[in-house]
Amino acid sequence: MPDFPGKGLFKGLGVTFGEMVKTLKPDSMGGGPVTVDYPHVKEAPTPRARGVIALHEENCTACMLCSRECPDWCIYIEAHKYLAPPRREGGKPRQKNALDRFDIDFSLCMYCGICVEVCPFEALFWSPEYEYSESHISQLLHDKSRLGEWMETVPAFEAYEAGAEQKVKKVPS
Amino acid sequence: MTHVLASLDPAYWQSTAIKLLVAAILVPTTALILGIVFLFKVMSWMQSRKGPQEAGPRGLLQLLADGAKFVQKEDLIPDRADRFVFKAAPLVVLMSTLLLYAILPASQHLVIADLDVGIFFALAVSSLSVIGVLMAGWGSANKYSLMGGLRAGGQLIAYELPMVLAVVGVVIQAGTLNMNGIVEAQANGSIFGFSALGNPFILTQFVGFFIFLAAVQAELTQPPFDMPVAESELVGGYQVEYSGFRFLTFFLAEFATAFAFAGIAATLFLGGWWVPFINTNSDSYWLIGPIALFTKIMIVSFIIFWVRFTYPRFREDQLQAFAWKWLIPISLVNILITAVLKVAF
Repeated sequence: MPDFPGKGLFKGLGVTFGEMVKTLKPDSMGGGPVTVDYPHVKEAPTPRARGVIALHEENCTACMLCSRECPDWCIYIEAHKYLAPPRREGGKPRQKNALDRFDIDFSLCMYCGICVEVCPFEALFWSPEYEYSESHISQLLHDKSRLGEWMETVPAFEAYEAGAEQKVKKVPS
Repeated sequence: MTHVLASLDPAYWQSTAIKLLVAAILVPTTALILGIVFLFKVMSWMQSRKGPQEAGPRGLLQLLADGAKFVQKEDLIPDRADRFVFKAAPLVVLMSTLLLYAILPASQHLVIADLDVGIFFALAVSSLSVIGVLMAGWGSANKYSLMGGLRAGGQLIAYELPMVLAVVGVVIQAGTLNMNGIVEAQANGSIFGFSALGNPFILTQFVGFFIFLAAVQAELTQPPFDMPVAESELVGGYQVEYSGFRFLTFFLAEFATAFAFAGIAATLFLGGWWVPFINTNSDSYWLIGPIALFTKIMIVSFIIFWVRFTYPRFREDQLQAFAWKWLIPISLVNILITAVLKVAF
């Protein structure tokens, strides 16, 4: 096609028209829109999508690191101390922390993921789950049992790509 | 059929009441059709999505639902607004739209007012909307509104000229200002002696057609000429302070005006209600006239909205330069050439 002034304008019209034709073509001919009918059809989020933060309660020691690092202070932790039986025979009973409360206010959370990153005990995880909207803002404060339910949706650990920064596991499993 | 209708011979007040009723039904309906078909559906397709799906079959009732929502909203009037001017502005804009429908012929007799100065009247009343827009901008007591209103004023006046000048070419060729006369001229015209297809003026006045469409786009303050309502810099221009039903009125007026202008373009350049091979005096035009006109309007509207969905916004100085440095000189040259050829042949 030879050049003429205003060629770009027609090119633009061609793009939009072509897109319309493509959207209207049936799926079998490689057409159809790029979107899906959301409530009826759902797209699978990518495995490492930042949907919601899940809590693995057994690993949490109530060290408060996540709560203190949180930029908008949306993690509320309460715990009490108790004495656990000694590891060895005749030893001193160990002092441990038990979680009473671990709430994340998702109306404040900005999904920065700093809490997941700073957790030294592998207690917080990203889950790709995204359907947890509520009809009132106060109901977005989720407690530890709800956060624990999301652990099931956390995908299994995937091998990092070659050259990626390796996460060092801090607790022996 | 003509005899039957002629024997009815309604009194003046009766025919006026019927015409008012028809216009009152027609204007919102056409605005709805354009809104649903183009703003919701065609725009979605051009952006590779399906558009509204939930309200009604295939989401076709979405705009009605939106309209019902607007009616429920609180009618806000700013504290320092000029209340009378503020309230009157949307009605002035809507009035200009309603008057445009008066001269649009759907067939030889299906026309609200068959004026001798038809197209001249249309161009005159279409510029009334500038006053409404300026009233809205000034009456809102809001600087964004005022900026938007002034931009709209400058733009609408600038693009009125190329629109009028583009029409002059058609008028010279048709030899009449009457809308039905222009349709007849196209139906009875011939291309180099070949008269079966008539002579739709888009063939001889294609320059005028493009200038007219560009000017219509600007008159509607649609993208790419939407500087007056540019939401990224002026929030919503002269519509900022309007809510609920008053905003709905502006919305309605915009789309009804788009339909009316598409109708005028279809009449001037595509032959209006006339269909090739059917004599313009045929009785069948009572039925096929409106259908033919509607089809042609949808084609022209598609072009208008296609451009709307494709191009980004003009800068204010580019917008003015485009009207004064390009459209007006080109349309003047177009008039000159048309006049010379008219005299020569």
